[in-house]
Amino acid sequence: MNNLNFISPEIFISLSIMFLLILGVFKKNSPSLIHNLSIGLLLITGILILNNPFDSTVTLFGKSYVIDNLSSLMKILTILGGAFVLLISTKYLKISKIFLMEYPILILCSILGMMVMISSNDLMVFYIGLELQSLALYVLASFNRDQLKSSESGLKYFVLSALSSGLLLYGCSLIYGFSGSTNFDIIGNSMNSTHYGLTFGIVFILVGLAFKISAVPFHMWAPDVYEGSPTSVTLFFAIVPKIAALTVFIRFLYVPFFNMIDQWQPIIIFLSIASMIFGAVAAIGQSNLKRLVAYSSIGHIGYILAGLSVATNEGIQSSVVYISIYIVMNLGLFSCLFMMKRNNQYFETIDDLSGLSKNHPVLSLSLLVILFSLAGIPPLAGFFAKFYVFKSVIEQSMYFLAIVGLLSTVIAAFYYLRIIKVIYFDEAREKYDTDHSVWLRISLTFSTLLILFYFIFPSKLVEIISRINII
Amino acid sequence: MNFPILSSLILLPTIGALFLLFSKDKNSNTGKYVALFTSFVNFLISIYLWYLFDPSTSTFQFVENREWLKGFVNYKVGIDGISILFIILTTLITPLCIISVNNTIKVRLRDFLIAILVMESLMIGVFCSLDLVVFYLFFEAGLIPMFLIIGIWGGERRVYSAFKFFLYTLLGSVLMLVAIISIYWIAGTTDIVQLYESGLDTKYQNLLWLAFFSSFAVKTPMWPVHTWLPDAHVEAPTAGSVLLAAILLKMAGYGFIRFSLGLFPIASELFTPLVYSLSLIAIIYASLVALMQEDMKKLIAYSSVAHMGFVTLGIFTITQQGIEGSIIQMISHGLVSAALFLCVGVVYDRMHSRLIKTYGGLVSVMPKYSILFMLFTLAALGLPGTSGFIGEFLILMGAFKVNFLVAAIASFGVIFGAAYMLWLYRRVVFGKLINKDLLKIPDLDNSEKFILWSLAVPVLFFGFYPEPLINTIEVSVNDLIEMYNFNLNMYGPEVLSNE
Repeated sequence: MNNLNFISPEIFISLSIMFLLILGVFKKNSPSLIHNLSIGLLLITGILILNNPFDSTVTLFGKSYVIDNLSSLMKILTILGGAFVLLISTKYLKISKIFLMEYPILILCSILGMMVMISSNDLMVFYIGLELQSLALYVLASFNRDQLKSSESGLKYFVLSALSSGLLLYGCSLIYGFSGSTNFDIIGNSMNSTHYGLTFGIVFILVGLAFKISAVPFHMWAPDVYEGSPTSVTLFFAIVPKIAALTVFIRFLYVPFFNMIDQWQPIIIFLSIASMIFGAVAAIGQSNLKRLVAYSSIGHIGYILAGLSVATNEGIQSSVVYISIYIVMNLGLFSCLFMMKRNNQYFETIDDLSGLSKNHPVLSLSLLVILFSLAGIPPLAGFFAKFYVFKSVIEQSMYFLAIVGLLSTVIAAFYYLRIIKVIYFDEAREKYDTDHSVWLRISLTFSTLLILFYFIFPSKLVEIISRINII
Repeated sequence: MNFPILSSLILLPTIGALFLLFSKDKNSNTGKYVALFTSFVNFLISIYLWYLFDPSTSTFQFVENREWLKGFVNYKVGIDGISILFIILTTLITPLCIISVNNTIKVRLRDFLIAILVMESLMIGVFCSLDLVVFYLFFEAGLIPMFLIIGIWGGERRVYSAFKFFLYTLLGSVLMLVAIISIYWIAGTTDIVQLYESGLDTKYQNLLWLAFFSSFAVKTPMWPVHTWLPDAHVEAPTAGSVLLAAILLKMAGYGFIRFSLGLFPIASELFTPLVYSLSLIAIIYASLVALMQEDMKKLIAYSSVAHMGFVTLGIFTITQQGIEGSIIQMISHGLVSAALFLCVGVVYDRMHSRLIKTYGGLVSVMPKYSILFMLFTLAALGLPGTSGFIGEFLILMGAFKVNFLVAAIASFGVIFGAAYMLWLYRRVVFGKLINKDLLKIPDLDNSEKFILWSLAVPVLFFGFYPEPLINTIEVSVNDLIEMYNFNLNMYGPEVLSNE
């Protein structure tokens, strides 16, 4: 029974979901109650996670569930991301007429799935978590069901994601077949790397995971789904599932298959380089901001994978630093998107930003900071994210990866600059509404200041993350 | 001295910019006075710094060392004889830029001043940072305000120019970032002082040198990556051109001295022919192109390319005269090119044309302007008695010492320089006054007079009496060369003979 203390966050969030569902049936007409309640419950879950002991590794249920620094940190990131998504999207949901009680509950469900994924130390547990989060995400993508694009994106995501889940499951079965266990530790110990079957298993699982984080060449779904889904769901897609998938990536590569590094390292490097280049090049032609965010997130995933590929603790830490900063930047970017509203209609193409700086100086200044940070220009936070990744990449003398990565930041800088050009150099259009909710303002201010002044205390984040030691 | 004087130099303009950011009125003069005040105080501090500065030693002074990226990079700033002059140049040019916005910047004055002040902070930071990562941070961050200055307040093709400027420079710099991180892993530190002491393994030097070179060559700019400069200069507003020509270009020259020579002596020795040839091409080619320009700003931009060619040539002669000449040439070019761009700005504000053929016969309507313009024209072509002469003379002296042919070809650049500058002057100021619109334009107003005279005074003063400049840099340059030769003799011979 003592063990249950450690998974109290998961238990709490499951109970909350059931409670909210029942409450939702009775209070069908007050979605804001459910919405606010779910934010509160999420935050309580976060506090429960903090309650877990730091710097100790606890394994539960026959070593199939693990709680360590990595899992706690990633869960907190997930929960903060989810809470912010809920906090800042209220108004958007109301205006888009999708302010329903199912929405926060679905988000909670997918967060529960992610928490299971993050802590999983067993292929089966991992798969269950993955499916739980995916099922909720399918529904969320098509949440605005009266809109053709939203339904289309939901369906598209479902079909492709199911395919990748199938591949992943096939990989799991191969690994089970060749190693005799689904537990990461046992696989790692009993591994005989001469088996090609294991390599195939790894490849299949990597393909499935690459699909979930939309790494090239498994990115095809991302632009359409990002564009078609409601903006708040796009924000959720852009940040939260990536945290969970990244954690699984780390655990899967470094716990059972660390000895087979020569088998998977080239794959990760290829995924990384392809994502960085493709994300940068393909984003240039985009005119829709949400689509552009999709390509830019593909590019950023490339950098995160670059950190993963180096097979050192520093590399893993740099990836985690990168994703933390990436979350903040995307929160800020989407806060700006939520502010582009006129007469109860949201705008989402680059041209709609035209001349924004004349009418909305503060909003455009924030966007300027966020975009330059996404482009990785010092002294903004985005630069440090890239800096840490390349620091660990170069430590392993992987110069090719570093140079390709940095050159693709130059290409990527072009499309970020194009947005800045539209905001600052072009002619002004009509003003946007300014009746934003407090939380939206707070999240924008908070993320902008964090990005802008990160360079004053750059070591704080790294210090926390350097407690993650997997290898 | 415990007071962090360098950090306050770096921070003060940014604090001024923050003040402006939170001020309510957007176009009134109050903002201008705030900006002017902060930058002027900064100028005074830097002069005081020069007064405190001890020129008899080459160790870094006013050093501040704070923990920054834990266990990895420290925020370390300090100055020696080489960097202090650039800091003073920066703090001198910035207030003049701020005064000059009177007539040129009609929209969003406050934002413009913020950009200029932030720019000043970053440029001072570049010249005093003693850590490669800190240097890179300042070096790259300068792109953001400059991009906005060109893009928002520039001329017709400002978007194209701003993009070109940004992407060219960024492309050059990312390789430098790779090199900096590599240096960290090779030597275990990015602290310049420690790197000077320990030296870098010879087998890495060539690649690292090339990576740094790619960044500095774009910024200098050297042929063939100079093409962003004419575009950026032509489209930038006057104050932007001034900052660009006077200070931004000097970052690269400073970088060559501080990093290429200081950290990679053996590679520098090896690549000297490359730098010589590129410099000579830049000098001759840019001078010839400048002769054919019909746009005044473009002409001066190409003359900058030629002058910076002299600077790189001088630096890589690795002689006392050559490097000192390069530093003085950079300072002098900073003053003179700033003044020339301001001169073009003066007539542009009145006629809204940069084309040479619009003008002619200005001497009869703007006599005061013509005098000052002449002074700067002569300084640009290196007439004895102006600071331009000292720089070019020392550089050529250094070059003759090392390689007669190189020096002889470079000397042609001086002649071409005289040709294009004098021809420009003749076409704009002398000749018949054909364009009747010119009759109506007024001569210099007080603020313009003030700006141009405050540049003319140092140009003439250092032209006749360069002693203070040479005194300041002499020991640092001497020690740099000694360290260079020491490293070369110690590790160099076998490596160089293998090549």
